[in-house]
Amino acid sequence: MTWAPYTVDATHFYLQVYFWIIVAVLGGLFLFMTFVQGGQTLFHTAKDEMEERAILNSLGRKWELTFTTLVLFGGALYAAFPLFYSISFGGAYWVWMLILFAFVLQAVAYEYMNKPNNVIGKGAYKFFLYFNGVVGMVLLGAAVGTFFTGSNFSYDPVTKVLHWGVAKDGINLRGLEAAIDFKHGAWFNLAMGVLVFAAARILGALWLINDVDNNEFPDLIKRLRGVIKRCFVILLIALAIVLYGWITMKGYAYNIHDPKGIIYREEGKYLHNLLAFGALPLITLLVGLVLYVLGVLKSGFGSSNKGIWFSGLGIVLIGIIVFVIAGLFGTPFYPSYADLQSSLTIQNSSGSKYTLEVMAWVSVAVPFVLGYIIWVWYQMKKAGPITKEEIADPESHAY
Amino acid sequence: MTIDLNMLEWARAQFAMTALFHFFFVPFTLGMSFLVAFFETIYVKTGKQEWKEITQFWQTLFAINFALGLSTGIIHEFEFGTNWSTYSWVVGDIFGAPLAVEGIIAFFMEATFAAISFFGWKRVSKGVHLASTWLLAIGSNLSALWILIANGFMQHPSNEFLKFDIETSRAVMTDFWKLITQPVAQVKFLHTISAGYTLSSIFVLGISAYYLLRKKHVDFAKKSAAVAAAFGLVSSIFVAVIGDEHAYEVANTQPTKIAAMEGLYVGEKGAPIVAFGIPKDLPALKVNSNDEAFVFKIEIPKLLSILGKRDPDAYVPGLKDLIVGNPEYGIWPLSKLAQIGAEARADLRAYHEAKAKGDKAGMEAAKADFYSVVWSDDKLGLKLTKSDLIGYGFFKNVNNPDLIHPPVPPVFYSFHIMVGLGFWFILLFLASWVAIIKGTFENNRLLQQLAVISVPLPWIATSFGWMTAEIGRQPWTVFGMLPTAESATPIALQNVQATFFMFLTAFVILGIAELKILFTVVKHGPKGAH
Ligand code: HDD
Ligand code: HEM
Ligand code: HEM
Repeated sequence: MTWAPYTVDATHFYLQVYFWIIVAVLGGLFLFMTFVQGGQTLFHTAKDEMEERAILNSLGRKWELTFTTLVLFGGALYAAFPLFYSISFGGAYWVWMLILFAFVLQAVAYEYMNKPNNVIGKGAYKFFLYFNGVVGMVLLGAAVGTFFTGSNFSYDPVTKVLHWGVAKDGINLRGLEAAIDFKHGAWFNLAMGVLVFAAARILGALWLINDVDNNEFPDLIKRLRGVIKRCFVILLIALAIVLYGWITMKGYAYNIHDPKGIIYREEGKYLHNLLAFGALPLITLLVGLVLYVLGVLKSGFGSSNKGIWFSGLGIVLIGIIVFVIAGLFGTPFYPSYADLQSSLTIQNSSGSKYTLEVMAWVSVAVPFVLGYIIWVWYQMKKAGPITKEEIADPESHAY
Repeated sequence: MTIDLNMLEWARAQFAMTALFHFFFVPFTLGMSFLVAFFETIYVKTGKQEWKEITQFWQTLFAINFALGLSTGIIHEFEFGTNWSTYSWVVGDIFGAPLAVEGIIAFFMEATFAAISFFGWKRVSKGVHLASTWLLAIGSNLSALWILIANGFMQHPSNEFLKFDIETSRAVMTDFWKLITQPVAQVKFLHTISAGYTLSSIFVLGISAYYLLRKKHVDFAKKSAAVAAAFGLVSSIFVAVIGDEHAYEVANTQPTKIAAMEGLYVGEKGAPIVAFGIPKDLPALKVNSNDEAFVFKIEIPKLLSILGKRDPDAYVPGLKDLIVGNPEYGIWPLSKLAQIGAEARADLRAYHEAKAKGDKAGMEAAKADFYSVVWSDDKLGLKLTKSDLIGYGFFKNVNNPDLIHPPVPPVFYSFHIMVGLGFWFILLFLASWVAIIKGTFENNRLLQQLAVISVPLPWIATSFGWMTAEIGRQPWTVFGMLPTAESATPIALQNVQATFFMFLTAFVILGIAELKILFTVVKHGPKGAH
């Protein structure tokens, strides 16, 4: 059954592209903000109570922003591409449920961890943060992996029935098959998961090096640098696998001018996408990678504490490109290997033209929101890094 | 569609559980954020250290609650996709927009300024800090606005702002402004935020009364209680007034719900309100008079007609009329609605079959019939087309018409308990406020004890309010358009059960932890005060 784009209306199409770019930017920003999740896996680098509280307080002031970016990421996908929301969340049920669970546990951990009478004890809350940092990141990465390797579903556009797990040669674990079905690209999904996890962990260490007073916590900083170096090796291996995958994979494609929107397989599709538009995506990706590595070199290998800003900007660019090559240039961003024609494209899964227009007006607010976030961030930062004095001060709501 | 009914029950239970859990924390956030802002404003105006301590104490309690509010909210948002994926598909075009706006406009405001308000006491100037505390309060109340617009749409999916699109076979938005400003949503918003203010005022009043009973932190408690009583008195009166408006909206948009709320099986002119009563759970068709539907009841005559229709002699239809119809008052029988709905569904199928064959004329014919007008009222400027009644096409089994209205007892009880508590809160605040003005609150042990005992009651009122609204909407998720049974994700029962228990366990443990932490902080009392 072909789900032709019900519109070849140009305005509608540009709005679809616009919203996919918004999703890409949100995705990039979210990846940057995962320094919180990465940082949560670094409590073992603290050797005493004070160091531990320094980490906790530094991350504890930012976790809400990461959380909210994830919420908005979901909300934006819902409003702009409701069919994706329905099929991916309803279909890959367990992946999303476990991700959610990891975030539920995280949300209370900061506030409750060092409070007296917290019932399950500090260790449990620390574990929640660790769980969120590892499982949350790997699963999110793997979920993004399926944007390239595809998922196991078909659906009927008229009666609105979703069938998950229909591929004859596939496995059905309501989404978790993405990690074990090697016939359908599990290796790539896993590499994506590890990549996202390693990147977040490095960002976490870079953030802490920047945010915690370097003179007061010299040993902690040294240990964090050690983590960056070790993680960087893992990151490079995962990155090599992902890049190899993009270049060699037989991708999914369709012609945006085809009123029927027939989906087909194409050799080297993602490489073609990287080279589209005068290789702009490839160049942006390389700039992002260089910036990321620069940040690592500055603060991981060198002695600067500014590395986070380079690596942060780098990962935003990388994130944007991951989404751009997954969904633009006639690429179905949520392909189905069970039934090719059920694959979701930005055209067949989007909201109506009217809704996208309204949302485009709403999106005018985004620069303002970004503006005040940056202003607040600056206000909080300009009083200097986190010190022992502040942590011990009963009036500063320190954790 | 083949949905396992058992699975459906579990999906509903899961949604109800997470929603009720989310709403333990939300109204506290809505009101407490303002109370903290009030306290801090007084501190900044007077410059007195004791007001800073008051602010910081209540802010600590606020922050403990806030964390769980966030963590339960995120599940909710994604549950629309995981458990109600067909719903998200059919109405996502309308429902997704307010959710996204909520994220952009409200949640970021909340999360960003919370960082300054909680951690910025020493990092920013007094003015910036105060502004942040206010922005946090405004942000949280804005999030209520947008989510309630989304919920308002589910209660009353009016064709003024949407239509069922035959081409994509789903509902699409046609007027965003009308969606935002529709009275159902606005009334819901005002009622819900003022309920939140009432709830948090009772909390502050109750904790203060607890200190006064113990003769601890007396000055702190008196000051806190004074602000809470004033805020609570205004809010609780507003809750009742706007609640009446709310009931009026329900009466005019969801006749099955208002009938269930009052246990009205047989329609009446000059319908009464049941002040107290024990309703029976009966099949509507078997009931011949409203008296036999109750074990016992005390009525206030004509009040329902006055509240619902603003006319003491107006006719209010009962559940039975809504099934068998009542030509005298222009009420269609269910069988007629089901017939029209079935025709709309047939048109939809015909359209897509014609499209597959490339039969343009067939497509046009199906479309014309789909959008043909079946009812109109020139005076009100309203009209209904077949497509607006498509939801009734799912009710093929006209032989079991009781599926078309909600169960009476839970809706009746939850509504009446909420309203009863509402009047109690007004009395409590009135008495406390008068006592505080006269300076007798400090020594009035009875009033203090009543305030302490009342602390859990507003949580009961808000939960029952939502049960009225949401159980009363059954069997629809989107009233008259999409039945609950057609909204769920096709998935095996075990998955839903497993996640149900996964979240239940987490919630119970975290809920206990939050209460323990809260009690410990309260017991410890504000620092510096004596
Ligand atoms: C402190 C809490 C509280 C109190 C005292 C009241 N309410 Fe309420 N009520 C709510 C808290 C609430 C709520 C939790 O906020 C609800 C749930 C859904 C909604 O929109 O608001 C609600 C729903 C709700 C509904 C159902 C709306 C629907 O189905 O969409 C009606 C008709 C009323 N209320 C009417 C009243 C009246 C006449 C009251 C008289 C005093 C009253 N409420 C007191
Ligand atoms: C936070 C306050 C809320 C509470 C306590 C609450 C409570 C409930 C309850 C008890 C049910 C189960 C009804 C039944 O199946 O019999 C339910 C169902 C549902 N509610 Fe709510 N609700 C809340 C807010 C909302 C809002 C704001 C929305 C939409 C924006 C919403 C959407 C739904 C949906 C989609 C279902 C499932 C389908 C259904 O059973 O109708 N709820 N809710
Ligand atoms: C059933 C539909 C609902 C959904 C999908 C939902 C979703 C969410 C989400 C995702 C968050 C976390 C926001 C963040 O990351 O900053 C949140 C928090 C919040 N929600 Fe809900 N919510 C629902 C019902 C409600 C209702 C009915 C209200 C109010 C009337 C409400 C008011 C709030 C407020 C004030 C917060 C702030 C945080 C807190 O209270 O701790 N929500 N909600």
